[in-house]
Amino acid sequence: MTLMQRLTRMPAKVSRRGFLAGSGALVLSTTIPVRAPKAQEAAAGPDVPAFLELHTDGTARLLSPFIEGGQGVFTTFAQIIGEELDLAPENFTVTSAPPGPPYGVMGGFRITGGSASTRTAYGLMRQLGASARAMLLQAAAAEWDVDASELTTEPGVVVHAASNRRAPYGDLADAAMALPVPAEVALKDEADFRWIKTAVPRLDVYEKSTGKAQYAIDVTVEDMLLAAVLHAPRLGLTPASVANLAEVEGMRGVHSVHLLNGAVGVVAEKFWQARNAVAALQVEWTEGEAEWPMPADFSSDSFRATLSEASGDAVEIEATGDAATALSEADNVIEAQYDAPFVVHGQLEPPSATARFNEDGTLDLWLPNQAPEQFQGAAASAAGIEPAQVRIHSQMLGGFFGRHFLYRTANPFPQAIAMAQATGRPVKLIWSREEDFLRDAPRPLGLARFRGAVGADGPVALEATVVGEGPTQRWYGAPPGPDVSAHEGISGKSYAIANSYVGQVPVANPAVIGYWRSVGHSMHDFMYECFLDELAAAGGLDPYQMRLNLLSGNDRLHTLLTRTGELSGGWQSGPYEVDGTTRARGVAMASPFGSEAAAIAEVSLDRGEVRVHNVWTVLDPGQIVNPGIIEAQVQSAVALGVSQTLVEELVYENGEPTARNFDGYPILRPDQMPAVHVDIIESGAEMGGVGEPGLPAVGPAIVNAVYALTGQRIRSLPLSKHSFG
Amino acid sequence: MQLTVNGTTREVDVDPDTPLLWVIREELGLTGTKYGCGIAACGACTVLVDGYATRSCVTPASSAEGTEIRTIETVEDTDVGRRVVEAWVENQVPQCGYCQSGQVLAATALLSETPNPTDEDVEAAMSNLCRCGTYNKIRDAVRSASEA
Repeated sequence: MTLMQRLTRMPAKVSRRGFLAGSGALVLSTTIPVRAPKAQEAAAGPDVPAFLELHTDGTARLLSPFIEGGQGVFTTFAQIIGEELDLAPENFTVTSAPPGPPYGVMGGFRITGGSASTRTAYGLMRQLGASARAMLLQAAAAEWDVDASELTTEPGVVVHAASNRRAPYGDLADAAMALPVPAEVALKDEADFRWIKTAVPRLDVYEKSTGKAQYAIDVTVEDMLLAAVLHAPRLGLTPASVANLAEVEGMRGVHSVHLLNGAVGVVAEKFWQARNAVAALQVEWTEGEAEWPMPADFSSDSFRATLSEASGDAVEIEATGDAATALSEADNVIEAQYDAPFVVHGQLEPPSATARFNEDGTLDLWLPNQAPEQFQGAAASAAGIEPAQVRIHSQMLGGFFGRHFLYRTANPFPQAIAMAQATGRPVKLIWSREEDFLRDAPRPLGLARFRGAVGADGPVALEATVVGEGPTQRWYGAPPGPDVSAHEGISGKSYAIANSYVGQVPVANPAVIGYWRSVGHSMHDFMYECFLDELAAAGGLDPYQMRLNLLSGNDRLHTLLTRTGELSGGWQSGPYEVDGTTRARGVAMASPFGSEAAAIAEVSLDRGEVRVHNVWTVLDPGQIVNPGIIEAQVQSAVALGVSQTLVEELVYENGEPTARNFDGYPILRPDQMPAVHVDIIESGAEMGGVGEPGLPAVGPAIVNAVYALTGQRIRSLPLSKHSFG
Repeated sequence: MQLTVNGTTREVDVDPDTPLLWVIREELGLTGTKYGCGIAACGACTVLVDGYATRSCVTPASSAEGTEIRTIETVEDTDVGRRVVEAWVENQVPQCGYCQSGQVLAATALLSETPNPTDEDVEAAMSNLCRCGTYNKIRDAVRSASEA
């Protein structure tokens, strides 16, 4: 049984303890069925009515199986369907589909993650568009009493050239949607594409530029109360009592105070009143029940030391040749250890959830999420009702980057449900930024050890051991090895090194950990690509030329790296002088989420801090849909890559994160943003991901540039904790 | 107290130290103004107070009495605001969009005061955070709005 097959057998309700095949790093190399399994329609086309409405005004509405959070999938889907339907993308409205079987388009389930939305749904969206177009033709044929084969379309119009008759789609919409879905339809020839592969403007930019776009935090429900919570300073503690309960209950606007599992909530008429009230709470905390209680003495420093000293047996991830023997026989062996910190998601929209119980016992939930069925199941458990009684209203996400998966202790909805039950009123709960920092599921602190040997022609052996735990083991029970989130970016590299070995020493992480944009790649490519540069330096080799040599015979990656060099104006390491600054460049590559990426970064030092001036990066996602959205996603991924490399680190002391907001945890400022030069290669390979793959090569390119500039080899991020000249 | 928001003076019954952000969002129902951090670090809550870009999450409502407050909902009522929105659309700036109300108003304040800003002016005025990293497109959009 393949991983994907195991995955599809997992009902949403229990899948959180099942093994989800590395959902954060979905390697969708197997063919994903593009039709929802429906026994009664075994030979039918896609379930058009479940996804698509054609309206009499000529517009269309798509119920998207994937959530929009800035990555542009709503526009991309309108573009793909519009192509086959022959309807301009701007005529679509797109909303998130509710939970349900038709939307399990990843072979019976779905998540918005793993940079998988477009590559998963591309075939389905084309079939939906082509099927709906065929239904419109059939409706027109019946109306005009001609054969459908005599009909053609222009955007939004069915045409019968022979009789010079034309019918707008809107006139045919009702009749067309009443027809059966054809079992088979022909798809367009790529050469005839009108919109796919063009930079169709995003559907949501005007709303998002004028404050009209609505997010979960903006939801208003009649008669609702507003809630805030104060979490226990560390997981495992729970409120014993509130010393000043009467005082807080008497504060203006306060409706009620609720002792929750691991938190105290206040419900009030307005959010600010609730927020003020939780700030005034004097809570006595006591040891409670938690699946992952945070040790009172936990610190990120001590955990880094734990990983560094871990000496357990390694699970083999992948091996070529005989690295151990090659290393024992080599003259020039170098060793290094790399680490990267916990990092928060820092999506700008703080988490929230609005819960409303209805008279018929059902529950409506408005909330941010990346996995509607999983949230439906968990909400049903929390409310003590059946999943079918829970309606999930998935909202536009004010950023996500992995923040809105089901992480149990990191999602506000169970608390909103509890307070809605207790008050008998709809409740909107907003987590303040401070509570978000406290309960976020950060990217795990990671560490890896390397040994390598280099000869005159390049590396002859490379041995890497990753130490730690990945989020897919934590949340879906994937064992070390198959949990690629724990090692991707160290495993899965494409360089032809004759003797190589990658292993993992599993060490449980006491913190609650989660998926962060590009997941394991976000740190492992930094570790691997910087160690590769150490090998180059040890061998007296140029890091760019050495990589090209290691990729000889790999046309796709050789082309990618060559193009990146050209984009940067020709590879040069430096240092060199520009505008009164001394600068140098570094290079790195990554193979994330079915795509290939390379980056060259240019840095200087500004008053002892690293400044990134330029990033030149090329992405090869195999096949493209919207080059404008891809360019924007690469810009965005580069920004996050620069941010985590320069300044981001969540530090724990005494079981608590020391930063609770952006004052103690800086993220990239506008004046720190480099110029980003993006090129896209459409190599024709299988379609890969877009949202995350631009990130992993950025960090190592920067750190390698810092070495070229300063001679300092940085093996622990972020750069802001190091001193430079 | 009385607050004048988007040209209309409204009576609101809130504690004087309630942040202007929450008065705008909850008393007036104008949800285009966003809560991001609550400590004036991110700028998602930016509104115009007498034309100046102001982080409303730390601005007590009482301190805004007697001022002209303008929120994103009426940004297109001025020529400069309309031009900024057009530039935002033309340059396809937003991704998740959550910070963009504040970004658009920060740009509107800048260009109202300084129609042809230098790069230093732009850097000084456009300090709001964007986690999606749309900074380069924001800069492009500010430039194109200023040239118009």
